[in-house]
Amino acid sequence: MLCSEFSALELSWKSMPSFDKEYFSLGHLDLLSYQNTFIHRLDPRTKIAVTFVFVLTVVSFPKYEVSGLIPFFLYPVLIFSLGDIPVRFILKKVLIVSPFAICIGIFNPFLDTITLYTLSGIHISGGWVSFFSILIKFVLTVSAALLLIATTSFPGVCYGLQRLRVPEIFVSQLLFLYRYLFVLMEETMRIVRAQAVRSFDKKGLEIRTYINLIGVLFIRTMERSERIYRAMLSRGFSGRIETFRLHSIAQADVLVLLFSLVLCYCFRRYDIIGMLDHVMKGLL
Amino acid sequence: MSHHLVELKDVYFRYPDGTETLKGISLRIVHGEAVGIVGANGAGKSTMLMHMNGYLMPSQGTVIIGDLELNKTSRKEIRKKVGLVFQNPDDQLFMPTVFDDVAFGPLNLGLSQNKVQERVASALETVGCLDLSTKPPHHLSIGQKSAVAIAAVIAMQPDILVMDEPASSLDPKSRRHLINMLKDFKHTKIIASHDLDLILDVCTRCMVLGNGRIMADGLTEDVLSNKDLLEENSLELPLSLQKM
Amino acid sequence: MHMSDALLSPAIGATFWTGSLAAIAYSAGKLKEQIDEKLIPLMGVLAAFIFAAQMINFIIPGTGSSGHLGGGMMLAIMLGPYAGFIAIASVLIVQSLFFADGGILALGCNIWNIGIYPCFIAYPFIYKIVAGDTNSPKRIFLASVMSVIAGLQLGAVSVVVQTVLSGRSELSLYTFLFFMLPIHLGIGLVEGVVTAGVVNYVRTMRPEVLASAHESKPLSSDRSIKKVLLTFFLITVFIVGVLSWFASKNPDGLEWSLEQMYGKSELSEQDSRVSRALNRFQEKTAIFPDYRVKKGNEKIPGNRDTATDATWPQAESDTTVSGLAGAFMVLCLIFALGFGIKKLKRRKNA
Repeated sequence: MLCSEFSALELSWKSMPSFDKEYFSLGHLDLLSYQNTFIHRLDPRTKIAVTFVFVLTVVSFPKYEVSGLIPFFLYPVLIFSLGDIPVRFILKKVLIVSPFAICIGIFNPFLDTITLYTLSGIHISGGWVSFFSILIKFVLTVSAALLLIATTSFPGVCYGLQRLRVPEIFVSQLLFLYRYLFVLMEETMRIVRAQAVRSFDKKGLEIRTYINLIGVLFIRTMERSERIYRAMLSRGFSGRIETFRLHSIAQADVLVLLFSLVLCYCFRRYDIIGMLDHVMKGLL
Repeated sequence: MSHHLVELKDVYFRYPDGTETLKGISLRIVHGEAVGIVGANGAGKSTMLMHMNGYLMPSQGTVIIGDLELNKTSRKEIRKKVGLVFQNPDDQLFMPTVFDDVAFGPLNLGLSQNKVQERVASALETVGCLDLSTKPPHHLSIGQKSAVAIAAVIAMQPDILVMDEPASSLDPKSRRHLINMLKDFKHTKIIASHDLDLILDVCTRCMVLGNGRIMADGLTEDVLSNKDLLEENSLELPLSLQKM
Repeated sequence: MHMSDALLSPAIGATFWTGSLAAIAYSAGKLKEQIDEKLIPLMGVLAAFIFAAQMINFIIPGTGSSGHLGGGMMLAIMLGPYAGFIAIASVLIVQSLFFADGGILALGCNIWNIGIYPCFIAYPFIYKIVAGDTNSPKRIFLASVMSVIAGLQLGAVSVVVQTVLSGRSELSLYTFLFFMLPIHLGIGLVEGVVTAGVVNYVRTMRPEVLASAHESKPLSSDRSIKKVLLTFFLITVFIVGVLSWFASKNPDGLEWSLEQMYGKSELSEQDSRVSRALNRFQEKTAIFPDYRVKKGNEKIPGNRDTATDATWPQAESDTTVSGLAGAFMVLCLIFALGFGIKKLKRRKNA
């Protein structure tokens, strides 16, 4: 049932204005995170730890490394398949992500022109190799972040952080942000729609209008926070946000953690491709 | 049964900017009563309700809940007795999942984890939302949100349930569900609403508030069938009475 | 201006994570001491507000292109430095998870670059002093624009330094700064104007909001415009100092200093370990005696200097082709595995 909802959403995106698109894409990712698969059931702490180990290992490869990074695609592929995450949706998000890494990386081929490889007569410069390495790292690390949220849910991540002794105020801040993100985006979307109806397809608002709009939104947000505070008080709030957690580290968590650590270590330390290549040659 | 009593004695309230919204309110509500409060926008309904759990303090006069007089020290105790359900469920449900939200109150009461779980389950069961427990509020319909908001309050097991416009944004089916639910509650109920039919269905007693004063107080059928009284206070006959 | 995982080295990423976590812990501690309970929901919804506001575009006057709000300085002004910092950090975490803006390792750098400078430098040393306790819209305007620009410039320098120190990009410090600083001056100007506008709007509508942020912070009162100028001067000295430190070293010098900082170059060490392990592996699987892995210390044909050799794994033109084939094979295997799991799951569900 969920799947059909997803595809219906995806289809209708094309005709939507950009704000709505952002909003629904965010909602979609959020919805994915409430599935019930083996990966989703793991303790959030396990997934946070594995993600960090993975990202650290990937970026620890030196500048000109390409082939050593390839085996690491195993991680996203496993999560995609075991966690029932639609591949195209995440890939699209990876592509539209803020392209800072690519903007900076693209200079490498122009600055580092010394030939590094000669591939059947074509010279490949170090700059292209290092740029390619940045690209692979970019895809791997960005999808790791998206997959963490898609398989853990934001509150899950927060409770994981809480158990990892991140300060309470910060955890409750994250929880509030998550809770009201969707509420405020909906409110903003209504304003933007009303504006779009009257502004005949302009790319944005005049700065004066923008300031007033944001000002109004700000005041409304303040008033909302007063109402929330009132609701909190009436339910016994006295400065601390207590939360109740059922998560606990299970056997599966320990196994997954060990498995990932060993794999990351092996992939980092041994040249898998070289070995495989070697085995292949031997077989032929 | 005096501990379920709500009593206001000549209560006045002025906002810091000087506007006076309550001008001498006196009322007494006893155990098990269901009281509707109606009146035009700005008549002082919400201000009055906020006095009942000590969010606002009277500028003059006294508020008594059970055997406690409202002051800064008794406020906490009073909030345990009076469950206040606000108008907009989005402001009411501030935790990231339904379970966490309903558990917020019981956890603040200092109950054990098992007790909290029990309370949450039974409160969600009462409003028919047990299966929503792991969902985040933004994945719920408005009807579900308002039901969960009520569950969050009854999980604290208050003696008195105070509601401000509980049905304002509900579709007809959810509204009917809410009305049936409210009828089943044994709590003392105080409900402020523009939905006069809801008041007629749920409440036995009704007050009309106008300009910070109580304009009428009596049996719901009598008050809500008094066309002249209602029109003087920017109200009209409930739809179900208009046909007759 | 979000730093990205792909440009970072682990050491730089970890360093700034440590710094940012320390700042979060410190701010959380400060807030716990002196918090007004009301601030807890307010911080949360204002962070959500910044998020929503970032999604509306406005037209940048005179250019025809459109921009959107960053909002860091606005949060600092409305909430004070500690709560403001916590709120910005939370926004960045959501961005890095839901939008993968930057990534998880770079999050430490991003919290540092976008949170620390506005909240703990621009706000106390520029905004508070220039705006003072007066309610003059002109002073608030000036204070907002100055502090936003200063915060963004420091952030930009920070991004550049982190990138160059990580050594994944070929851009030199000067070229990169030459790109980043003017761009962020422009962004800062626009953002400053917007921030000033919103602050002034809120001040006229709800003056008590700003008052409470000001009261709770015992940072100011006896500071003067002179001190702002001094701060500006110090910031300049800092930037110039960083620049000249780098200028005194050539790119090899940079690698050298990195090695000094983090012990022996992790990369060459890693390499030798890899090759040692491979040799052992090779001995065990002696069926393929002709196979050899090129080590980093063997000179590659071409005129690369020794500094880059250290970061260079096996490479020779003929092994490259088969390497490509191997890589392709591995990718195919991995994707086949994923596809297989999906198929299996589907059959199970059906």
